[in-house]
Amino acid sequence: MGMAIDRDDTQFHVLAVDDSLIDRKLIERLLKTSSFQVTAVDSGSKALEFLGLNNNDADDDEEDEQRDSNTESVSSDEDQDHQDLGLGVNLIITDYCMPGMTGYDLLKKIKKSSSFKDIPVVIMSSENIPSRINRCLEDGAEEFFLKPVQLSDVNKLRPHLMKGRSKDIDSSHKTTSTRLITSGN
Amino acid sequence: MERNPIRRQLAIMRQSLFDQGHVDEQFVQLEELQDDANPNFVEEVVTLYYRDSARIILNIEQALERKPFDFRKLDAYMHQFKGSSSSIGAKKVKAESTLFRECCKSGNGEGCMRSFQQLKKEYATLRKKFGAYFQLARQAGPVETASRPK
Repeated sequence: MGMAIDRDDTQFHVLAVDDSLIDRKLIERLLKTSSFQVTAVDSGSKALEFLGLNNNDADDDEEDEQRDSNTESVSSDEDQDHQDLGLGVNLIITDYCMPGMTGYDLLKKIKKSSSFKDIPVVIMSSENIPSRINRCLEDGAEEFFLKPVQLSDVNKLRPHLMKGRSKDIDSSHKTTSTRLITSGN
Repeated sequence: MERNPIRRQLAIMRQSLFDQGHVDEQFVQLEELQDDANPNFVEEVVTLYYRDSARIILNIEQALERKPFDFRKLDAYMHQFKGSSSSIGAKKVKAESTLFRECCKSGNGEGCMRSFQQLKKEYATLRKKFGAYFQLARQAGPVETASRPK
């Protein structure tokens, strides 16, 4: 019985970033209701930490006054390890207004990272500021949600995740077709 | 129409929260996130809100004791508070938060103080109403265990 490893292809892992306790609870519930696996953190730096991205990586040096020259910028090997551990994040949804690192700052860092630039990023904000929205979308955000975020918003996430998934499927395609062939009895 | 008297009372209380403008559509969104696996979700969120926002209220109170007012800081606190209030559907509280922020932006100290008093009143009123509502909801119990003759 050469069965393929039974990976649940529909379970996506979303990393949610929001400094508000209430909004974290809400977004977590919204995402879980939509069958997503969720990790919720309260800051951009915690998000980067979770991804295995060092805060002081080589590309970001403008605001970083405490930059230690001895700190190694995270190698892409470490990033890959983090992904391989199955903690792979399929989408990042982040609040815009956060102390320290804003959601926009986080977006820029993700897009600069060779390992994570292809992860879709969604921004949330309680403020409807067109210039802010446009800037985020132009700089790589897939969607911009106005808070409070609703189920109808979360339903818009799946297509972005499926896009990424179809790239993954190419590599597991052989396994899938084998299953199809042998299940025809 | 609810036949169970407790459930009927609960429905009336719920409707009045909307009719009196205390809560808006966002509250319905919270209710829709409640299910068998998370039967007390709405109460949990509201409880969390009051616990979390108490801190911000205190910060604002303390900031209003320092003259001259730091309007930028006051506005930042209220932005946080407004966000949470909006997330739970607290309509009047949210509206008062907006007024407060407008006073901050125009440097209207008197307006800030008046608005804040009004906000605290509404915040407290809503808390009482929620308290009574959730207490009754717990009495009513989960829908599945309605008293059906076996």
